[in-house]
Amino acid sequence: MDNREQTVAAIRSVFPEGEGVAEIPGGEMPAFRVDRGALPALARHLKNDPALDFKLLLDVCGVDYPGRDERFEVVYHAASLERGQRIRLKVPVPEGDPVVPSLFGVWRAADWFEREAFDMFGIRFEGHPNLKRILCHQAFQGHALRKDYDPGQRWLLRETEQDDMPAWAKERPEDADHFETQVLNLGPSHPATHGTLRTVVRLDGEIITKAEVEIGYLHRCFEKMAESHTWNQVIPYTDRLNYCSAMMNGVGYALAVEKMLGVPAPPRAQTIRLILSELSRIMDHIVDIGANLNDLGAMTPFLYMYEAREEIYSLLEACCGSRLTMSYVRIGGLSHDVPHDFAESVRYLLKRIPTLIADMETLITENRIFRDRTEGIGRLSAEDAVDWGWTGPCLRACGVAYDVRKAYPYLGYETYDFKVPVSHGGDTYARYLVRVEEIKQSLALVEQALGRLAPGPIIVDDHNVALPPKEKVYTEMESLIWHFKLIMEGMKVPAGEAYGFSEGANGELGYYIVSDGGGKPYRIKVRPPCFAIFQAYPHMLEGATVSDAVAMLGSFNVIAGELDR
Amino acid sequence: MWAEITVSAAKVAVIAGTVLTLVAVMEWVERRGAAFIQDRLGPNRVGPFGLFQPIVDAVKLLFKEDLTPANVSRGLYLLAPMISVSVALLTFIVIPFGAGKDVTVFGVPLGGVEVAPDLGVGVLFLLAIGSLGVYGIVLAGWSSNNKYSLLGGLRSSAQLISYELSMTLAVLGVLLATGSLRLDDVVARQGGQFWFGVVPQWNVVPQIVGCIVFVVAVFAETNRLPFDLAEAETELVAGYHVEYSSMKFAAFLMSEYMNMVTASALIVTLFFGGWTFPGMSRFSGWPLLALSLVAFGIKLAFFLWLFVWVRWSLPRFRYDQLMRLGWKGLLPLATLNLVWVGVAMAMGWIR
Repeated sequence: MDNREQTVAAIRSVFPEGEGVAEIPGGEMPAFRVDRGALPALARHLKNDPALDFKLLLDVCGVDYPGRDERFEVVYHAASLERGQRIRLKVPVPEGDPVVPSLFGVWRAADWFEREAFDMFGIRFEGHPNLKRILCHQAFQGHALRKDYDPGQRWLLRETEQDDMPAWAKERPEDADHFETQVLNLGPSHPATHGTLRTVVRLDGEIITKAEVEIGYLHRCFEKMAESHTWNQVIPYTDRLNYCSAMMNGVGYALAVEKMLGVPAPPRAQTIRLILSELSRIMDHIVDIGANLNDLGAMTPFLYMYEAREEIYSLLEACCGSRLTMSYVRIGGLSHDVPHDFAESVRYLLKRIPTLIADMETLITENRIFRDRTEGIGRLSAEDAVDWGWTGPCLRACGVAYDVRKAYPYLGYETYDFKVPVSHGGDTYARYLVRVEEIKQSLALVEQALGRLAPGPIIVDDHNVALPPKEKVYTEMESLIWHFKLIMEGMKVPAGEAYGFSEGANGELGYYIVSDGGGKPYRIKVRPPCFAIFQAYPHMLEGATVSDAVAMLGSFNVIAGELDR
Repeated sequence: MWAEITVSAAKVAVIAGTVLTLVAVMEWVERRGAAFIQDRLGPNRVGPFGLFQPIVDAVKLLFKEDLTPANVSRGLYLLAPMISVSVALLTFIVIPFGAGKDVTVFGVPLGGVEVAPDLGVGVLFLLAIGSLGVYGIVLAGWSSNNKYSLLGGLRSSAQLISYELSMTLAVLGVLLATGSLRLDDVVARQGGQFWFGVVPQWNVVPQIVGCIVFVVAVFAETNRLPFDLAEAETELVAGYHVEYSSMKFAAFLMSEYMNMVTASALIVTLFFGGWTFPGMSRFSGWPLLALSLVAFGIKLAFFLWLFVWVRWSLPRFRYDQLMRLGWKGLLPLATLNLVWVGVAMAMGWIR
C-alpha cells in the first residue's frame, strides 16, 4: 500500500464515506471535499493520528466560483514531513453564510492565512482570535479577490478611520506595583524594518510585554493582477515577490505551470535555472545576514556581503539585461541563452564569494558580542516551528531537516551532491549558522551544475507554450499564426489545479494555481514562506527587549514584497 | 602683565584651535577609515583625498533648517547640546600636550603646552566635568518628547553609572603610583627612565589591567560602538538626538569627536607616558617642545585610529549585557588593579 492509499485508508477509518468527507479522485496529491461541520474534527485527526501526521499546515486560501451554488471554496494544503505526504482539503462555502470554523486551535499556522482569506473573500473563520483584515487597510470596502469586485472603484478614507492602534494599546494597565509602561511603534518606517512593517509593542522599561504586527504596506494586488494577465505576463510580477532572489520566484512559478502543461523545460534551461537559482539563494542569504549584522551594529560585514551581491548582480545583468527584477524565466524555458563567457564569470564568482564569506566569518562567527546578542534570542522549538508553518532555513535552524530540494527534487536536484545543513539551537545564532552553511552548499551546487552545462535549446519547441523564433515568424505563415495567438490570447493551460512548490530562499514557496483552460490564470495563490514565519514574531517578542526584537526580525528574513504581495 | 596675558591667550587659542581642527580631521579620518576597512572609497571628491569634506559637511549642517518640534521642553531642548559641547570643550584644559616648562616667549615663561598648567586638582577636575557630559544626552532624550529619545537617554544614564566607577578606579591606580593629582606629575614620572634599559617606565607596563579597563570605560564614556547604545541607530532610530537638526545636531556630533580626542589624550597621558619619548634627555627648550608635540601626536593618532578601527569592527552590546560587563567584569578588574598597585608599591616593586 503506497503512501497515498495509506493516507486515504487512515482517514476513511474515522470518517467513512458519506460523512461529510468525500475524496476527489486523481490529482497530484490526495484531496478531499469536506463539509464545514466535519472540518475541525478532520483537521485534528490529520494532525494527531500518527498514521497521518500532517503536522505542517502550508497554506489556506479562498477561491471564488461565482457560477456554483456554493460560491466560495476554502483550500487547505497540509504536509507530513515524516511521511513525505501532502494533502489538500476543499471546503465549499455558500455566499449567503460565508462561515468556516477556524483551524487556529489545531495549527497555529492558520492564523494569518485565515485572516488573508477573510480579507480577500469575506469568508469568516469562526473562533479565530483576531479576525481582521491583514493585507488591506481596515477601512477597505469589499473583498478584492472576489470575481465581481471592481478594481477601479475609489472612495474617501476619513481621518477618523485611520486609527489603527490595537485595542490593547489604548488601555493603560497601571497599578501601584508597576512602573508606567509605554506603547511604541516599531515601524512602519524604522531603520531595522527592511521594508515597511509595523510592530506595535508595549514596553515595560525596555522589555516588551505585548506585541502585534501589522503588515500589508507593500500590498500590490499580485494575485488580483495575475488573473487579468496571460500566463507569461505574470512572470515580471513574480520577480517582485522576494526581490532579493527574484530568479527563484520565477522558476517556482514556471515549474508550477509546466507541471499543469506537462511540458518540462529542456535540460540546458534546467541547468541554467539551477545555477542562477542557487546564486540567487546565496544573494538572498547574503542580504539577510548582512542586514541582520547591520541591525546588530556591525556594518562592515554588511558591506563585505554586499560586494558579493554586486558581483552576482553583474552576472545576472550579463544574462538578461537587468539586475534586480530579471524576468529571465519563461514558461517552458528561458527568454534567451546565457552569454558566451557565462562559465568564466561563474567561475570567478566561485572564487570571489568564499573569500568575502571568510572575511565575514572571521569577524563575526566567534565574536563574543555577536554570540551574546544572538544565542538564545528568538528561540523556537522544532514542534512550535512546524506548528507555525515555518519552512526553509528558519525551520532547519530549529533542527528539522526539511528541504524541498531533497524531499521533492525538481530541476534534477536529486542528481547533485549537496547537504542540508541543520542546527539545533532554534535561535538567531542558529539561523545565522544555517544560512552561512547553505551559502557554501549552494556554491558547491553551482560548481557541479556548471560542469553539466551542455549546449542545447533553452526553451521548449512547443508552439502552444513558447514563441516561435523571430526569423520563422517573418518567413512562415504557421509560425506567424502561432506568434499572433500566443501574444493575443496567451497559451492555453489545461483546466485544473496544481500546487507547485520549490525551495525559495526563505523556505517553501508554493503556487496554488487554478486554470479554467483559458489564456489567463483563474486564480493564483502564492504561499510566501516568510508570511508563515513572520506570524510567529509577535508571540516570540513577549519578554524580549527592543534590541532583541531587532536581532530577531533580521534573522527571519522578512521580505515585504513577498509578505504583502 | 599684558605680555603674560597675551602669551596665555595665544596658547589657549592655539590649543583649542588644534583640538577643534582635530574634530574636523577626525570626521574625515572616520569616513575614509571606514571606507578603507569596508573595501569602499569613501568621500574623495572635495579637495585632495576628500580632505575638504568636513568643511562641506559643516556648511551643509549650518544651512539646514533648524527645527524645533512642537511639544518639546524648549529650555532643556536648547540647553542639552550646549551642555554637551561645553563639557567637551572644558575637559581638555588640564591635559599637557607637550613639554615647554623651560621655554620663554618674549621673556614670558610658557609653562607647558596646556591650558591650565597649575590646576592642583587636575584629574579630579577632568573626571568631574567629564561625567557632566551625560546630562547633555539625558536632557536631550527627555526634553525631545520622543519615545526613542527617551530610551536613548535612559540607556545613557545607566551606561554612565556602570562605567564611571571602573574608570575612576583605574585612574586611581595611576594616581597612587604617581602620588599627585596633577597630570604634569603623571607625565613627568613616566619619562626618562627605563626598565632593563629598554622598556620605558610607562604606567601601562605595571598596570596593564588598569589600562585595559580604562580604555574600555572611555569607549563607553564617549558613546562609541560597541557602546553606542544611546544612539543605536538600528534600534532607537537615532536615540537621544533623533529630534535634533542643523547645528544643534552638529553640536552633539562635535562633542562626540572632541570627547574622543580628550579620551585618547587621556589614555596617552595616564598610561603611555604622555608627551615623553625615549632619548628626550638630550634635548631642551624649543627642540624638546617640538619633539614632545610630535611624540604626543603620534601616540594620540594611534588611539584616535583605534576608536575608528573598533567602531567599524564590532557589533553593538545589548543594554543589560553592557551593564553586566561594567559591573561584573570591569569593576572587579579595576579593584584588583588598585590592590595590585598598592601591594606592589608597599613591597617596593614599583616606586
